[in-house]
Amino acid sequence: MTDKNGDLNVVGQPWMKVDAMSKVTGETIFADDVILPRMAYCKILRSPHQHALIRHVDVSPALERPGVLAAITGKDLPIKYGILPVSQDEEALCSDKVRFVGDPVAAVAAVDEETAEAALEDIIVEYEPLPSMMSIDEALAEDVQIHDYADEGNVHKFVSLEFGDLEAGFAQADHVREDVFFYEGNTHLPMEQHAAVANVDGNGRLTLWSSTQTPHYVHRALEKVLEIPRSRIRVIATPNGGGFGGKSDPFPHEIVVSKLAMITGRPVKVTLTREEVFYSHRGRHPVLMWVKTGMKEDGTITAMHFRSHLDGGAYGSYGVASTYYTGALQTVTYPIANYKFEALRAFTNKPPCGPKRGHGTPQPRFAVEVQMDKFAEDLGLSPADLRRRHIHPPFSKTVNHLTVTTIGLDECIDKVVEASGYEEKRGQMPEGKGVGLGCGSYLSGAGLPIYWNDMPHSGVQIKIDRGGGVTVLCGSIDIGQGSTSVLAYVVAEELGLDLDDVVVYTGDTDLTPVDLGSYSSRVTLMTGNAAIAAARPLREKILKAVAEETDTPEELLTIHDSLLYRTDNETLPLMTFAEAAALAEARFGTLGAVGSYTPPKRGGNYKGAGVGPSPNYSYSACVAEVTVDPETGIYRVDKLWIAHDIGKAINPLLVIGQVEGSAYMGLGEVMMEEMVYRRGLHEIPSMLDYKSPTTLETPEMETFLVETDDPEGPYGAKEAGQGPLLPIIPAVANAIYDAVGVRVDELPISPEKVLAGLERKARGVEPRVGPDKIPDVQFPDPIRVDRPEEAPVR
Amino acid sequence: MTMKSLLRLTVNGETHELYTAVHKTLLEVLREDLQLTGTKHGCELGECGTCTVLVDGQPILSCLALPVEMQGREIVTVEGLAEQGEPHPLQTAFAELGAAQCGYCIPGMLLSAKALLDEESAPDRRQIQEALAGNLCRCTGYVKILEAVELAAERMSEAASP
Repeated sequence: MTDKNGDLNVVGQPWMKVDAMSKVTGETIFADDVILPRMAYCKILRSPHQHALIRHVDVSPALERPGVLAAITGKDLPIKYGILPVSQDEEALCSDKVRFVGDPVAAVAAVDEETAEAALEDIIVEYEPLPSMMSIDEALAEDVQIHDYADEGNVHKFVSLEFGDLEAGFAQADHVREDVFFYEGNTHLPMEQHAAVANVDGNGRLTLWSSTQTPHYVHRALEKVLEIPRSRIRVIATPNGGGFGGKSDPFPHEIVVSKLAMITGRPVKVTLTREEVFYSHRGRHPVLMWVKTGMKEDGTITAMHFRSHLDGGAYGSYGVASTYYTGALQTVTYPIANYKFEALRAFTNKPPCGPKRGHGTPQPRFAVEVQMDKFAEDLGLSPADLRRRHIHPPFSKTVNHLTVTTIGLDECIDKVVEASGYEEKRGQMPEGKGVGLGCGSYLSGAGLPIYWNDMPHSGVQIKIDRGGGVTVLCGSIDIGQGSTSVLAYVVAEELGLDLDDVVVYTGDTDLTPVDLGSYSSRVTLMTGNAAIAAARPLREKILKAVAEETDTPEELLTIHDSLLYRTDNETLPLMTFAEAAALAEARFGTLGAVGSYTPPKRGGNYKGAGVGPSPNYSYSACVAEVTVDPETGIYRVDKLWIAHDIGKAINPLLVIGQVEGSAYMGLGEVMMEEMVYRRGLHEIPSMLDYKSPTTLETPEMETFLVETDDPEGPYGAKEAGQGPLLPIIPAVANAIYDAVGVRVDELPISPEKVLAGLERKARGVEPRVGPDKIPDVQFPDPIRVDRPEEAPVR
Repeated sequence: MTMKSLLRLTVNGETHELYTAVHKTLLEVLREDLQLTGTKHGCELGECGTCTVLVDGQPILSCLALPVEMQGREIVTVEGLAEQGEPHPLQTAFAELGAAQCGYCIPGMLLSAKALLDEESAPDRRQIQEALAGNLCRCTGYVKILEAVELAAERMSEAASP
């Protein structure tokens, strides 16, 4: 709430996070830190086969081992589930078939972890191996199906959409390019291994503590699979030790410990090993992309035809959404007059892929931004100028019917180009040194929920104690991004409180109103708006009570730092917030309020229009500077300049932290991170072999926040947690090209690939490394959608 | 039957006597026997640095250390960083600068950083990077962590000079 000067008292300041001290003292209780009396330990037996029928499972030898309390198989949990209503294809324990190495088959609860682990070896499982498919090509060629549901064979999902008139668009183009790109899969690698503890009380009520980003969806999955009403299940999300999308699905281990707690009557804990985390995964999809774009001499994009082929792994997970996301936001970053998007997601016998930071959008961003650089070279334009010609008109609709509001991309480009000296450096630095630019846009929360319903996406409840303490309850969960702090800042701002007077409880299905979860960069915008909705009526009650008591006109009253003032005399407080709250409680009864937020419904009206809409979109730009050793192909990123359109930074310190963290994660993806399989096995299920950047590889970063004051966000805010990852990857790829003239159109850009490009260059052949063909697939006829009228929405 | 032994461990200045399985790692004994859950784990294979604690002032990976070899030595965990309820300057700096996002790697980071500052009161950026190169963090991009160590070093030098 603004004071008489229109100034914000809390919002916009670099406060310490409300949970910062407990994070640095070791007090924070993560899921594996939950210890209960009589707690038993669970271990899960996983498939050693990529693809096999389960002929027989016998857990009775395990039950004979002293200390073993229970052992279960797929027969004990026969109901299928999955995060998306259209992909209910998972079992907590496989009953008839395993689909990847690591698929869970049986589970044991024992008095200690060691006994449970030993008991797994007692379990007898007979498998009948089936042909395994470890790539899209193999999945398309094989007759054996991984699932008996699919759009066709092993194609889980086909998408084919055409907006406007593609052929007419290409006919208007002066230049047409076709390029092929490959983005290897990678994983979240949260530092915290997934863990969960389940307990059943004397009344038969189940409580599950879990490191989950989505307690509400876990709640629903437990109800379905365990066949217990949700009213008798409590899910408590513990603070996540990193999520990045990897803790957004309901997982087998969460269901398994719940079942084991029901059977044994004791609390049961499971903590995944790091190897199991690699199998549980749900990380970035490997995507092969073909993009054909038509451009006029002046740089206008007349048409784009984008095809993506996703290697989905063994289950649906979020895959249908991921598939649509590889095509949805191309039009939000730059206006495209006519657009065709075709995609397929194949089932393969690898750990299932799902949402990782940027969910389905870093892959096309890499392709489009590298292609933009190639166009700039073809047209003899500066890549920065070419992009500046492609700023979407604010408050308008994209060709695929997404509503965009404020757009800070032009300012983002200006900031990073100027600060880095991009124009002076590009093509002008010594051999081996180069700069590259990339841009991107991302949603501030999905406009539609995962399951169809008309209820709010976020709810906040506030209660005020007579002593002046304010308690905020919300179903969101802090995964490190600062969502708990944002709730405190918003409520403190609205009620005029000292931050120390606010306490926030989150992610507890018994206590907190539903928030859909920490995914899709939705939390600041949606919980922030819900918190404002809850707080404002309470403020009014308090002001009304104080106005009556002190005989002051209400409009002359203000609250800040937990003190009530007359705006014409802010040196002498009228009373404390606690005194004011007591007056209000005496007049109006117990002080509490709820508020909720539902995003505006304004997507298109075609099948697939549910993926892409958002209340607003963030924009980002990055310039990377690299040094490449032409002898070895080894390169380092010297510096990143990143600008992010945050709308309004509710806490600039935390926003910059999100930008830096996103940049780091993008850097890992472009430089080294990849999920590699050999002869059907994950080659590198360890943190030593799965390379990720350390302090030594992470470069200096300079961050610029651009504030566009968006009307949809709380105080004008947009997301920060995902969008800034997007421009990093193409910026580095483009910088390597500027440094040594080599195009690596395939991620990760390893030194080997750079070297292969340098060798091609030395031999006088095209200095490009990457895929050159895509599978020969007949996509379905497209759903044709007319271009919307470009009417401003405001 | 698991072989057990009687251990005498000094952790954060307190001496504990416990009877526990000889093959348990220091990480397990700290977390499970002593319920010092501030020490975290990310791999339990010596790859990520998350479980770092100090033994006689040196950072070690508690997931690879055997408690039987730690007897008679001074073990410090994150719970032992504060003195008389006053947080260590590293803890304050990490909190103030937003160096702890999810916070899971932070106990290990703090102890690696403390070992550095105890040896070198005014390290340069490169020295800090090298001292923390074995501690992985997936949230922060390390920038704020490096800045926090510098801030803490600065404050500790100021406090030390008369």
